Amino acid sequence: MAESEPSPSQGDFIRIEGVTKNFGTFKAVDNVSLNIGKGELFALLGGSGCGKTTLLRMLAGFETPTAGRIFIDGQDMEGVPAYDRPVNMMFQSYALFPHMTVAANVGYGLKHEDMSPARRQDRVKEMLAMVQLSHLADRKPHQLSGGQRQRVALARSLAKLPKLLLLDEPLGALDKKLREHTQFEIANIQYKLGITFVVVTHDQEEAMTLASRIAVMDRGIIRQIGAPSDIYENPNSRFVADFIGSINMVEADVVRVDGETVEVSAGQLGAHVKVLAHGWSPGERASLAFRPEKVTISRKKPAGAVNVLKGKVQDFGYFGKDSLYRIKLPTGHVLSVNAVNAERVAAEKAVATWEDEVYLTVSPASAMLFRSEA
Amino acid sequence: MKQRSTFLFSVLAFGLAFLYVPIFSMIFFSFNKSRLATVWGGFSTQWYGKLFSNSQVIDAAVLSIKIALLSATMATILGTMAGLALARFRQFRGRALMSGLVTAPLIMPEVITGISSLLLFIMMAEWLGWPGQRGFTTITIAHITFSMTYVTVIVQSRLAAMDMSIEEAAMDLGSKPWQVLRDVTLPIISPAVLSGWLLAFTISLDDVVITSFTTGPGYTTLPMLIWSKVKLGVTPDINALASVIVTVVAVGVAISAVILARADKRRERDIQMAIAANK
Ligand SMILES: Nc1ncnc2c1ncn2[C@@H]1O[C@H](COP(=O)(O)OP(=O)(O)OP(=O)(O)O)[C@@H](O)[C@H]1O
Ligand SMILES: [Mg+2]
Repeated sequence: MAESEPSPSQGDFIRIEGVTKNFGTFKAVDNVSLNIGKGELFALLGGSGCGKTTLLRMLAGFETPTAGRIFIDGQDMEGVPAYDRPVNMMFQSYALFPHMTVAANVGYGLKHEDMSPARRQDRVKEMLAMVQLSHLADRKPHQLSGGQRQRVALARSLAKLPKLLLLDEPLGALDKKLREHTQFEIANIQYKLGITFVVVTHDQEEAMTLASRIAVMDRGIIRQIGAPSDIYENPNSRFVADFIGSINMVEADVVRVDGETVEVSAGQLGAHVKVLAHGWSPGERASLAFRPEKVTISRKKPAGAVNVLKGKVQDFGYFGKDSLYRIKLPTGHVLSVNAVNAERVAAEKAVATWEDEVYLTVSPASAMLFRSEA
Repeated sequence: MKQRSTFLFSVLAFGLAFLYVPIFSMIFFSFNKSRLATVWGGFSTQWYGKLFSNSQVIDAAVLSIKIALLSATMATILGTMAGLALARFRQFRGRALMSGLVTAPLIMPEVITGISSLLLFIMMAEWLGWPGQRGFTTITIAHITFSMTYVTVIVQSRLAAMDMSIEEAAMDLGSKPWQVLRDVTLPIISPAVLSGWLLAFTISLDDVVITSFTTGPGYTTLPMLIWSKVKLGVTPDINALASVIVTVVAVGVAISAVILARADKRRERDIQMAIAANK
């Protein structure tokens, strides 16, 4: 699982050991332990208020952990002030200096470097070019749009080429195209410079495309750490499965266990479903889950397949590369199903359309079982 | 509708008259030839001439301005420091008490502040042998003490409204706390500091009560001079002096209004530019 995934370059660059942060009686970060390798692009993913920013601020040195220790590059960070840490941060609120121009903002941190003014200028130009803001170098922050401000903040945090870069929601305000471009740039810079990145995001797609590993956080606790594919395909809990991507989830009872094959009865599906899983015994309650794209949809009844459900197309949406179907089962339960639009066809010739009777197949290996959570 | 607007208009006119008729009548009578302040005896600028050749008035004005400049500057430095301490160092002991103590002089009757300052100076003179003579120094110290409060409050409220992460960003980029203060905090709060200075300056310039308690022989400020002259009856030279003060204040207000309006216009234009750039 998570721990078996090797980081790109060995030797733990960041070690977070049992870190807790209390604000009064409120636990914002609860006993988090986490290792991040050098040169990794690590994402902290979680809903609003789950403690991502707080964890980042402890790495940057703006909050002191209530308990636990943080090591960066082998050095214990306890008592090391923010200005002495080999860390730069891009703030969620951008925190640009309102009285300085864009160029002065980006160059501010370089004042503390041993650099000739000419080299400093070159670096600023390079950074501005990277975020495509060279033409706005002389503007003040209040003369910029939200997305432009965000890019200035990104350039400023990168300018010193720190050993560790902390990014708090770096791409939140960008449009899709610029976001993809910047994601690509971030990955590129990260690869080129070998800077370790910790990116906070609540956009799972962003975490998936950017990160080498992801930690999923929930109310101050880390629920799972692993490579994007790991977290998507093998979520360790109902919470993670539900949080990452979309998923069909129904309650079920285990009826039979035959080696690796667990047969459950799902009332909402009105059927028995076979799942490849272990550690279950008959009589247990479980949540049965499968992702919309793991379901095969067909108009003819598939021969010899297991886990076939029959339903009616209630609604469908065309998204270009794929279509999303909402299939209503005889029990009244509605499932989501994705089908790739592999061929160029008109809508009426697509896989299925409104009110069509269709068959859904879920392979036992694609379905998952979770224990319900308190 | 018509009726109501007439009513509103007369209320406005009455209010404005209440504010400005005394001032304009004062300016009007400052050009009075007659010695009697309220009986018109023909046009003359003689009182202005007398005013500027009256060394008592000139000395008092110079003293007032000196005290106001020095005390406003000191009050701004100390008040800004106090404001920073109160707004930024969150967890020091007795912060709430400090904050209360700093703002208390705002609502304290001036007479009390005056008497207590006087008592302090008398006791200090007794025990420390300083200040031997009350005068410039004691007035200035008293003015610093109470105008500092205003600066503290202004700076503190500006800092409370400022995004703390801006300072954190500077620190994150390698600046030590004093560099953060110099590069980021002070430039951002400078308008608040400046307006604190202006307020301290005007408070010092027109204070009578506290000055009267803390002054010594030979040190008469301009407001004290006016006050003592008025006790003997309002004369046209007082009118002239007051008119000069009104004119100076009006010009000052006009200049600052123009500066503010220009800054506003510039910001608006900047915003327009930013919007245009994003199209
Ligand atoms: N200084 C503080 N004092 C008290 N509570 C705080 C403080 N800072 C954060 N919190 C609380 O800690 C929790 C975690 O906050 P944090 O900013 O880390 O969330 P986040 O995961 O970054 O959320 P978002 O995605 O919305 O930015 C929140 O419930 C927040 O209210
Ligand atoms: Mg946050």
